[in-house]
Amino acid sequence: MCLAIPVLIKSIDDKEAEAEIGGITRRISLRLTPEAKVGDYVLVHTGYAINVLDQEQAEETLALLREIAEAEEAG
Amino acid sequence: MKYITEFRRSELAEGLISHIKRSSKTPARFMEFCGGHTVTIFRYGIRQVLPQNIEMVSGPGCPICVTANADLDKAFALAQIPDVIIATFGDMLKVPGSRSSLQKIKAEGAGVMTVYSTMDALKAAEDNPDKPVVFLGIGFETTAPTVAASILQAEERGIKNYYVLSLHKLCPPVIRALLDAGEVELGGLVCPGHVSTIIGSHPWEFIANEYGIPCVVSGFEPLDILQCVDMLVEQVEKGQSKVEIAYRRGVRPEGNRQALKLMEQVFEPCPARWRGMGEVADSGLKLREKYRRFDAEANFELKPGPVAEPAGCICGDILRGVKKPADCPLFGKVCLPESPVGPCMVSSEGSCSAYYLYGEGRGG
Repeated sequence: MCLAIPVLIKSIDDKEAEAEIGGITRRISLRLTPEAKVGDYVLVHTGYAINVLDQEQAEETLALLREIAEAEEAG
Repeated sequence: MKYITEFRRSELAEGLISHIKRSSKTPARFMEFCGGHTVTIFRYGIRQVLPQNIEMVSGPGCPICVTANADLDKAFALAQIPDVIIATFGDMLKVPGSRSSLQKIKAEGAGVMTVYSTMDALKAAEDNPDKPVVFLGIGFETTAPTVAASILQAEERGIKNYYVLSLHKLCPPVIRALLDAGEVELGGLVCPGHVSTIIGSHPWEFIANEYGIPCVVSGFEPLDILQCVDMLVEQVEKGQSKVEIAYRRGVRPEGNRQALKLMEQVFEPCPARWRGMGEVADSGLKLREKYRRFDAEANFELKPGPVAEPAGCICGDILRGVKKPADCPLFGKVCLPESPVGPCMVSSEGSCSAYYLYGEGRGG
């Protein structure tokens, strides 16, 4: 029910945007994320972007997980 | 970065699993509050790769499952009013109330339409100006701002035949009620990711501070859950209890201020009935007086009839985390996804549905 998926914003028209998910374009509302820009990935829940995904944080998380995996492999 | 496959990489999962196994020394029970987390845990076989020390239990985080029959009956009574069109998310159709379901009522000729978004419900209201369109507002803090936004849009666009039956529920108050009931002892809480996208991580602090339970906000990919469990284990082993965010790409500590602002503008807290938990103070949302003209409850006379609960169904106990689906005598026998007795078998995020789909507790 709280499902939200990452989609890429292709274009913005006032409070709505065209967003792409897996090659399909869909119209979403930006009323909850007025800061969203073209090229951002947003989390979409029931047609509304609820958050602009933070790429820097995502990369930091993955880097941390890589560190853990490398440390575990090294034993 | 596409934010999906990156968080499903097996070599990173192996690292986390190995780290969890090495660090975990103390037996602990972690509750995943959210039904979406339950689904990830089952889909990726996460229970099977965790050490025996760690027990995962599902919580009440499935909005459809926790909606009490008395409230479902109200929705069904609305659907039976001539000319009313009910707009609802598809997973509500099969949910049984005391006597019926939207699917049955629809088959009998009632106006029930499935929508993907409140934006579709608004369009239906514009396309059918002579008919009241009522959106069934069932959901947690993730969904409530989208419903608030729809009411504000209806106001802006002068749509006069759009209504909301607000059965929204708030998560922190019910977790407090669950902990105060003292039926289930928790060593850690996997906090709901997309609820936290809206409300932030601060509203969970009382759980860590007052109840001494470690809290970690998790995303919905397998690496997210494993990272969350790893962080919970670390807190358990260090004897700490604090709120941390594992899902940093999707959750900020302060949440989404714009969404919170709209939600607060349109709704105010009220008591709400939860299946299995009864009435919990300030755990629901009702429309503020200013938006009363959009409130289905204030504008239609509803006669839902007496409430009846399905005999033998233990959804309430399962939602409180005190019983598991396999403990239910109906599970997998008379209660099946195609003929559900209780809501936890209907919703794709319900515990019974997840247990059934992924074969746990079905025997054989």
